[in-house]
Amino acid sequence: MTEQQADAEPGPRAVPAAGPTLRVEHLEITYRVRGQDRPVVRDVSFEVGRQESYGLVGESGSGKSTVALALVRYLARNGRVSGGSISINGLDPLGLSAARLRDLRARTVSMVYQEPSRALNPSIKAGRQIAEVFQIAGLDRASSLDKARDMLRKVQIADPGRAMDRYPHELSGGMAQRVVIAMALAAEPALLILDEPTTALDATVEAEILDLIAELRRELATSVLFISHNLAVVASMCDRVGVLYAGELVEEGTARQVFGEPAHPYTVALLHCIPRRGQRKDQGRLDAIPGFLPQPGRVTAGCVFAERCSLAADECRTAPPPAFPLGGWHSSRCYRHSEVAELPKTTVYEGGEPGQTARPVAPLVTISSLSKTFGTGQNAVRALANVNLKIWRGETLGLVGESGSGKSTLARTLLGLIPPDRGSVLELDGTALSASLPKRTLEQLKALQIVFQNPDSALNRRRSVRWLIARPLRRLAGLSGRRLAERLDDLIRSVRMEARQLNLRPGQLSGGLKQRVAIARAFGGGPRLVVCDEPTSALDVSVQAAILNLLADLQAKEQVTYLFISHDLGVVRYLSDRIAVLYLGRIMEIGPAEQVFAGPHHPYTEALLSAVPSLDGKRTERIRLTGEIPAAASPPSGCVFHTRCPRRLASGACEHAEPGLDEVEPGHFISCHIPFGELRRLQAPGIAVQVKDQAQK
Amino acid sequence: MTLYLLRRVLLAVVTLWILSIIVFFAGQVLPGDPGRAVLGPFAAERAVRAYDHQLGVDRPLLVQYFGWIGGLLHGNMGTSYTYRSPVEPFIASALANSGKLALLALVIIVPLGIAGGVVAAVYSGRIIDRVISLSGLAGSTVPEFVSGIVLILVFGIALKALPITAATDPGASFADQLDHLILPVIPLVLVLFGYIARMARAGTVEALDSDYARTAVLKGLRRRTMIRRHILRNSLLPTITVIATQTGYLIGGLVVVETLFNYQGIGRLIFNAANGKDFPMLEAGVLVIGVVYMVATLIADVLYTALSPRLRVGAAS
Repeated sequence: MTEQQADAEPGPRAVPAAGPTLRVEHLEITYRVRGQDRPVVRDVSFEVGRQESYGLVGESGSGKSTVALALVRYLARNGRVSGGSISINGLDPLGLSAARLRDLRARTVSMVYQEPSRALNPSIKAGRQIAEVFQIAGLDRASSLDKARDMLRKVQIADPGRAMDRYPHELSGGMAQRVVIAMALAAEPALLILDEPTTALDATVEAEILDLIAELRRELATSVLFISHNLAVVASMCDRVGVLYAGELVEEGTARQVFGEPAHPYTVALLHCIPRRGQRKDQGRLDAIPGFLPQPGRVTAGCVFAERCSLAADECRTAPPPAFPLGGWHSSRCYRHSEVAELPKTTVYEGGEPGQTARPVAPLVTISSLSKTFGTGQNAVRALANVNLKIWRGETLGLVGESGSGKSTLARTLLGLIPPDRGSVLELDGTALSASLPKRTLEQLKALQIVFQNPDSALNRRRSVRWLIARPLRRLAGLSGRRLAERLDDLIRSVRMEARQLNLRPGQLSGGLKQRVAIARAFGGGPRLVVCDEPTSALDVSVQAAILNLLADLQAKEQVTYLFISHDLGVVRYLSDRIAVLYLGRIMEIGPAEQVFAGPHHPYTEALLSAVPSLDGKRTERIRLTGEIPAAASPPSGCVFHTRCPRRLASGACEHAEPGLDEVEPGHFISCHIPFGELRRLQAPGIAVQVKDQAQK
Repeated sequence: MTLYLLRRVLLAVVTLWILSIIVFFAGQVLPGDPGRAVLGPFAAERAVRAYDHQLGVDRPLLVQYFGWIGGLLHGNMGTSYTYRSPVEPFIASALANSGKLALLALVIIVPLGIAGGVVAAVYSGRIIDRVISLSGLAGSTVPEFVSGIVLILVFGIALKALPITAATDPGASFADQLDHLILPVIPLVLVLFGYIARMARAGTVEALDSDYARTAVLKGLRRRTMIRRHILRNSLLPTITVIATQTGYLIGGLVVVETLFNYQGIGRLIFNAANGKDFPMLEAGVLVIGVVYMVATLIADVLYTALSPRLRVGAAS
């Protein structure tokens, strides 16, 4: 304790009345890799004003986290700031003595990062971890704990006393991030750095945390540096935005300027990659960015984006463009910024005619009374409860829901990876699918395939691409010799890879290429249905667009059916013909994608949709889910959603009876006690505001 | 927790039973027979056979095995062929001796190994890390009989600073016993330091690299405080398991050291029993070491669970 009190010797809490909270000028960061210096951040300058919220966006490898770590002087040992300056509240973290640096970290700048559960020490109770901040400031143990409890209340944790005594693994993701935020704000820092603070969270939880951050920022007058790959999140949270590409700040401006009138081809390309509201696969393909991010540390003579830019001219390749001021805060490092507005689309739609997915007479897959219980007795967790579902030939059925809703369990039981409970019926083409994989026929095995979320762990890294793709061709399609080689060639081309890449191993491929290999593997045996389990959520948006295009093209070509699982509703909407919404292992709503999205929809669907931040930066009046997802081990009575439902009926019907899944429109089913007409009235624009107010009472 | 312990104990019993089978039948593979071993090479064949009959080793193996196991269950570990008296007193005294040596070794090696590993991790890549890691590695590659002999030559014979045998007269004072154990302990320390330091280093490097370590540093904690409060508890968990398995080695695996320093530990007891075809002694000794192993790992696992909140809850439910 004594050494901490010594620590707390009052340093200058230098608060120059004027001037920004953070000023970064011509920042250069290099990593030393194998004896060579590789610049990863080049000439980055920006400011975060008092109480301002500044967003840094960019894909992985753009250097955004590196910038953040440099600000708190926590670069990896082989990294160093090789040029430029940083000033936080007038102090330069790079030049401070060890004691002053500790003081800066303790009182002036805090950081929150992506995985809340990993940011907390697994063997110390949450309360003690927050209290530590106050102890560093010199408070005694008892009053530190009191203050920690206050902080938990401030981050809107319902039962702070209980949360205090929890170990991190006993907290849900959202709760853990609240604790981390409480810890970061405990010292009332002048600058709060948020590095992907909601990326690991469910959309509904993300929305809550973002609301919380916005509220606390106003309350505590903290300046915020918000780092994210998610443009919409940044648009909704930040006053000004900087776009990083390959370690350079290519565009900067207010959120409205950058996202509304982007003036750099990269920004435009990024915006084009994202399935915008309502965009669908039959209306054309997404605009992927051609080429790859340059290798970190590679020095280019001209503009870093020139290689991938359709506007690039000679000057772009010879001299790096300066930041052209465009009025107000807006600036762009592009010689041809004035032409960016008319940037042509780069991806030509080359698939067949957008086919209307006809609904054939017989479904491809029929799932009836599917239940899955994990564990027994008191610990039994019902991951799926009596799910009935048909998947039509050639369609994409999107499966959405928060984590723990049973999406993956549903997919895995269908694939035979986990056996469902007794009484569940799975049928493929009208014939029963055995619950266990070894009992399925070769035809059935061929028919059902999967593409996993993380291609890194799904591919055997000791095998070549050729081996990985040839295996299902041999085992499932029974090919060999020349026919195998032909099919291999065909497959690799249909996933837009080159034959020379067949000899590489997964470790030599980028994330997007690895996912292409995984897709080629899944298509090898000529599947009827491919389960896509979050196939793009580990990828950057520009890569995501290419993969989604590929999936859409393959579907058009091979007439394959998809069961598409994703937490990203924009992505689901782009690819899906129908959508099923799962909550606690039950289908809440299922119907044609357009109707499910447009509404009237189930209140849970409504909440999921309103949790999605929009790019125009408008903070639409949303309905918010409060409270945690109930444990699947003890689901609520009646309608399982009633504990969080903002539209719960006053009559008490929701608490007592479980509603049936009723057809409200042709092909559109909703499981809700509220009559469809009433839902329509409630969800009409402008009414949502009142609901939010009511929910808060 | 109780259920967990119960399960573990049950598992230990099964393991011991399997061990008993292995050691019993493995003993039979040894060439020669007990009667010959006891009576010597010049005894008459008839006398040897009569002796064997007396010992019961001419009965079918399964009968012998069940007879032995039955005795064990009644707390009777058997009668030594060589000494023709119950093995328990021999085992007990050897176990006590081994225990003393092991305890002293652990008292020295655990703090030293952990401290070495943590320091190496904190300064990883620097000179001090290289020195610790290299000396640990070098130490564990030197066999006990080499380091032991060197130690005896230097400290015992050349310098005459320390006694070269570990054995003391009965009733020797604690200090005297300690004095005799110093030389034998050093080879063990040399062998084990590298092991334990390496585990401690690996765990600490991982913990230092974690997000929660970053959180702690960015809170403004001093590095030393950060390591003490946030790192050690998480980083040393795997080391506990290693220490437990090494305890088994320290109790039962020290034939060389015990022979070199003329110390009546259980390792040497078993070695001599195997040489003399003294099956009851051999089997009892091996089983006792098995029990020690089992208890050590059980303690380690309980400790591990107690120190790691994540597992604690898992075990409780």
